[in-house]
Amino acid sequence: MDLLAIWLGKLVLAGLRLVGRRGNALPGLVVEKLFPRFLPRAMDRIPEGVVVVSGTNGKTTTTKMVATLLAEKYRVLTNDTGSNFVRGAITATVAAASWRGRLPYDVAVFELDEAWAVRFVALVPPRRALLLNVMRDQLDRFGEIDTTAALLGKVAAATTGYLVLNRDDERIAAVARNTPAQVTWYGVAPALRPQFPNDEELYGGEIHVSKQPAEAELLAVAAPEIRLRLDSDEFTVQLRAQGAHNAQNAAGAAALALTFGFTAEEIAAGLTKVEPAFGRGQSFTVDGRRLTLHLVKNPAGFRQSLRVLDPVPSKPPTVLIVINDDYADGRDVSWLWDVDFTGLETKARAINTSGTRAADMAVRLRYDGVPVERAEPEPELALRRAVTEAGEAGVVVFSTYTAMWALHGVLTKIGEEA
Amino acid sequence: MITLVHLYPREMNIYGDTGNVLVLRRRLEWRGLDVEVVPVSISDRLPGNADIVLGGGGQDAAQGEIGADFVARGSQLRAMADDGVVMLAICGTYQLLGHEFVTQEGRVIEGTRVLDVRTQGQSARLIGNNVVESSIGGRLVGYENHSGLTDLGPGVDPLGTTEAGRGNNGRDRTEGAVRANVFGTYLHGPVLAKSPRFADELIRRALARRGHPTELEPLDDSLAEQAAAVAARRPR
Repeated sequence: MDLLAIWLGKLVLAGLRLVGRRGNALPGLVVEKLFPRFLPRAMDRIPEGVVVVSGTNGKTTTTKMVATLLAEKYRVLTNDTGSNFVRGAITATVAAASWRGRLPYDVAVFELDEAWAVRFVALVPPRRALLLNVMRDQLDRFGEIDTTAALLGKVAAATTGYLVLNRDDERIAAVARNTPAQVTWYGVAPALRPQFPNDEELYGGEIHVSKQPAEAELLAVAAPEIRLRLDSDEFTVQLRAQGAHNAQNAAGAAALALTFGFTAEEIAAGLTKVEPAFGRGQSFTVDGRRLTLHLVKNPAGFRQSLRVLDPVPSKPPTVLIVINDDYADGRDVSWLWDVDFTGLETKARAINTSGTRAADMAVRLRYDGVPVERAEPEPELALRRAVTEAGEAGVVVFSTYTAMWALHGVLTKIGEEA
Repeated sequence: MITLVHLYPREMNIYGDTGNVLVLRRRLEWRGLDVEVVPVSISDRLPGNADIVLGGGGQDAAQGEIGADFVARGSQLRAMADDGVVMLAICGTYQLLGHEFVTQEGRVIEGTRVLDVRTQGQSARLIGNNVVESSIGGRLVGYENHSGLTDLGPGVDPLGTTEAGRGNNGRDRTEGAVRANVFGTYLHGPVLAKSPRFADELIRRALARRGHPTELEPLDDSLAEQAAAVAARRPR
C-alpha cells in the first residue's frame, strides 16, 4: 500500500512536470486523501526521526540552515520548496523515495506553517522541534497572535525528544512550560536585543530582556560576518544570507544541531555552506546590474529586511516594492502601515511600487513623506523598468510571496543568479 | 493647534489602524495646520483639549487588559462626545464605545456607553474587503476582521450600508455607527488612507467645533482613489 502511495504521488508529480507545472502541493494532497497513514508510516522508518521548524518569520531560511548543517553527518530529507503544509512534506517524501519504496534517509527536516504544524504533529509526533517566533502575520488566516502562539504550544506538547526555543520571544518561551521534551534555548546577546523588536516593543513597549541562559547565542552581526557562542565556544562565521534576522536564525539552527551532538567546529563549517533560500536575500545579475530579492510578509519581517539599506549605501540602489494581496500574500494589506518607511528616499536613487496593491503602497509611502516615482501594477514591467533605469548600485526588491514567484520567473529568463 | 489623541497605541495596534493617526496628522500638516499627537495608554490622563480621539483594533486579550481602564473613562468620554469632540473608533475600540461586549463564553465586558450599540461574540469571524456607501464619508473601503456582531440601538445611525454577510452583524446590511461627531466602524485598511473624503470630513468637524474656518485646501488624492477602486474589486 505504501508502494501504491509512492507510485501515485510520483505519477502525479511527473504528470505536472510534463505539462510544465511546478506542483509541490498536489501530489502530496492526493496521497494525503487516499493514503492518510502513509506519512506516519514513512516517518517511522527514518532512524533519527523528524525535525519540525515553525514560527512566523524565518521558517524557510532556518529549515535550509538546519538541513545544510545536518547534511554534514546525515542523509537529510527536507521540503525545500516552500510548500509548508502537510501535503508539502508528503510531496517531498514521495519524491525522495525510490520507485521500489525505499526511503534512504537518516533524518527529516520539515518547515511547517503554524496551523499545519498542528495537523502534522497529530499524525507524526516529531522527535525535535525548533520554534522561532510569533509575530503579527496573516491575521486574515490566523485571526490573532495569541491564537498562533496556542498553535505552537500544541507542537511543543507533541514533541518527544528535544525542543529548541527562542528565549527572546515571550510567547515562544512560554511553551516550555508544557512539553515532555528537553528544552534547548537560543537567543541574541542582551546588547543586540533592541535590534529585534517584537510587535509590542515596536509601539513603545519596554524591551524585554530574558534572563534565561541560552546554549546558543548571537553575539554580534557585522555583515557578512556573525559571531556566535555555543555553550562556551565562541566563533565567527561568514553567512551568505544577508540580514540580522538571518543571523538570529543561524543561532536557532546551531542550537538544533547541538541536540544532535554537533561540535562548534562542525556547526561553523556547516553554516558557511548555507545558500540564501528562494527570494530571501537571493541575488541576480541582469544587464550587468545586480538585483537582490527580499521576501516581505509582515511588519516585523519588512522592518528587518529594510535594514539591508543601513548604513546608507554610498551609491544608493533603485528600490522596487511589490505588493500582491492573494491568499498566500495575505488579503489584508493594512500591515504596511505598521512598517516605518520614513527616510527611505535618502537610501534609494528612486522608489517604485508594483503589484495588485501598487497604489496602496504608494499611498503608504506618501504619508511617510517618501516620494514614489511610479506605481506600476504589472510586476514584470516594473522590474524591467527598474533594471533599465538603475545605476551601478543596482536594484533592491521587496516583494510579497506570489509576486516573488512572478519576479523570479522573469529573472531566470533575463538574468543569472549571482 | 489641533490635538489628536491616540488611545492605547501599545495595546490596540495590530491591524494598522495607527495609520489613521498618521493620515489625519499629515493632512492637517499639508494644509499648514499645527498638530499635536498625544498617546494615551493605561492610567495616562486623557487631555481635556482633545479635538480628535482615535482608537484601533487589538487582540481580544488586549481588549480585556484595557477594559477596566477604558470603562473608568466612560463619563469623561461621554462628556467629550456631548461636547462635539470628534472620535473615530475602529473594531475593538468601537465595540468598547458601546454598552457591552458579551463574549462567546457569556462573559460580559462592560463598555463606555458612548454609543448606543451592543456586541455579541461568536465563533465565526467576518473577514474580508468591505465596501461601504456612506452619506457622510462617501464610499468607504477597508478590510474587516472581527468575531463580535454589533447591533445598533435607536441612539445611533449606521455609518453606511454594505452587502449582506458583511458589516456590523452580517444581517442588517449596516456598517459602523454615528452619533453626532462620534464614529465607530469595523473597517481597517486603515480606513482613512483610502477614504480621503471621510478623513477631511473629520478634520472639518474638528475645526468647526473650535470656530476655525473649515475650508480645506484640496489635495491630490488620485492614488488613494486608485487604491480604493482596486480594493473594492478584490476578492473578499
